Amino acid sequence: MAVLLLIKRSVRKIEQVEPQAGLLNDSSSDANPSLAEAVEPHSQVAVFDGSQPLAMTAGVSLSPFTIAYQTYGVLNADKSNAILLCHALTGDQHVANSHPLTGKPGWWSALVGPGRPFDTDKYFIICSNVLGGCMGTTGPASINPATGAPYGLDLPMVTIADMVRAQAMLIDRLGIDTLFCVAGGSMGGMQVLQWAALYPERVFSAMPIATAARHSSQNIAFHEVGRQAIMADPDWRGGRYLSEGVRPAKGLGVARMAAHITYLSDEALQRKFGRKLQNRAEPTFSFDADFQVENYLRHQGSTFVDRFDANSYLYVTRACDYFDLAGDYGGSLARAFLGAKSRFCVVSFTSDWLYTTVESRAIVHALNAGGAPVSFVEIATDKGHDAFLLDEPDFIATTRGFLRGAARARGLSETGDAKP
Amino acid sequence: MMQTGSEIPQTALTRIDLLLVASMVENNARVLDVGCGDGELLRLLSETRNVDARGVEISQQGVNDCVAKGLSVVQGDADVDLADYPDNGFDYVILSQTLQATRNPRKVLEQMMRIGKRAVVSFPNFGHWRIRWQLGLRGRMPITENLSYAWYETPNIHFCTIRDFVNLVQLVDARIVRAVAMNSSGAPMRVNAPWWAWNLFGEQAVFLLERQNKD
Repeated sequence: MAVLLLIKRSVRKIEQVEPQAGLLNDSSSDANPSLAEAVEPHSQVAVFDGSQPLAMTAGVSLSPFTIAYQTYGVLNADKSNAILLCHALTGDQHVANSHPLTGKPGWWSALVGPGRPFDTDKYFIICSNVLGGCMGTTGPASINPATGAPYGLDLPMVTIADMVRAQAMLIDRLGIDTLFCVAGGSMGGMQVLQWAALYPERVFSAMPIATAARHSSQNIAFHEVGRQAIMADPDWRGGRYLSEGVRPAKGLGVARMAAHITYLSDEALQRKFGRKLQNRAEPTFSFDADFQVENYLRHQGSTFVDRFDANSYLYVTRACDYFDLAGDYGGSLARAFLGAKSRFCVVSFTSDWLYTTVESRAIVHALNAGGAPVSFVEIATDKGHDAFLLDEPDFIATTRGFLRGAARARGLSETGDAKP
Repeated sequence: MMQTGSEIPQTALTRIDLLLVASMVENNARVLDVGCGDGELLRLLSETRNVDARGVEISQQGVNDCVAKGLSVVQGDADVDLADYPDNGFDYVILSQTLQATRNPRKVLEQMMRIGKRAVVSFPNFGHWRIRWQLGLRGRMPITENLSYAWYETPNIHFCTIRDFVNLVQLVDARIVRAVAMNSSGAPMRVNAPWWAWNLFGEQAVFLLERQNKD
């Protein structure tokens, strides 16, 4: 139990923050460390040269390209204990180690590690930065070999399917045929669904969490607000800001602030901040951050711009918007999962209004129609969409139980070895 | 005893009920257990009959228990979520000790007959003489060992007698393949006993049904 108490809260937990002075007022033209990660990541990389181009949904092929990834644990002798974790919109490959830029614990430290549900003593865990990201996998901040300058908007539009095809090439490179599990939340969950549709025979079990098989109109609308905030920043420079030595930090910060609201619930915000004032007894009747919630959001915006690239944000939000799995299969989600043999565990959270339980039930419905073995759990929590990143006991128990059941079916021992 | 997430308390009699329900299912069948609780029946079926076992359960604890056993169980409400299942998706749809807790038993039974080729339904018989005694002579809502809730807090909102159920089976255009009533000690009653005797002395009943018009 002591171990459980020591589980660190995720980086996105609502926390008290120091007052933010003039958060988005200073133009950050100094070197952005995140761009260094885009070129020289603090992780392993797999380079796919001209002999292995990536066929993209946009109809072009990308070559060469790089995937930056982390692994934890040991691959067993018959390579049957590998788990691929797919990160969300602004996540990265640093799922369970301290982040090279922020120093904070990995984004899924609550679930990944020795003795955790994704047990690194038992499983070989892989997490790669998505295509279009900015932590070392080829994205708009990477150098375009044709020009020697960052791609910017010259990178072809990236889709969730492109991300997944690139991941599959990494899994090939690692010599793994079938993944024991593919799991992820939010945009990570979309990748899980895409994996199950594209490579059903390579996925033994799948956990799509707090996600949807298509982006709703409301989801697209929120993303568009974020993108317009970035593009409206004069320092965006039509996407060529890296070449011109500036960064659209204000726009990206505002995009993050708006998005962050969608990750939380009204109830959680009310409980934590209410109408409480920030270090003052009376309102100042100015546009200072009088309210704690304003200060909190400014903090979220300002720390985000230190670790994320604005063009990358445009690409990954767009990838989500274009995601409509049923649309790729003649409008029938059930057809996407036809003949799926993977064991599924779909999870939603009661207070998640970004990817609602209704969306998860649609996935369950389609899987049931195809006869796939599916479990579905709706976790009661007031923490909103972000709950999937947090230490939610019921969610952790579900994940642990599902993986144990799947491990038994896969014939994995308690140490992750294949049983003779 | 294992902690169960379902609303219905596990007793020795419900255990006998599980065994009886299980005996009505053929080997290697596709089975959906509606209101599967902590998954005991599904586990029994997958271990002894090698069935493809799926479940629906309303309680969080029940679903977690099932998922931890490696079962495929969906958190859902029998009254609402059976509509999501395709026609003829299962060989058997089981409703064990749950019918009386649904809001619309007729609709639930119709959905079961649509989803499954056959249905197995077990329920407590409200026509049992002890219950008639409490209601008819004492004038009080019955509380028995197996129906232990007071009227104001019971999840069991749609009790029926064995005869009522037989009537419902006709209404949903189903046919009784097999029926068993158990007395208060859990022993099956004589097959050739008349309905009125079952209705008076059967404490539990288990029915195996199939569609009248097989398509």
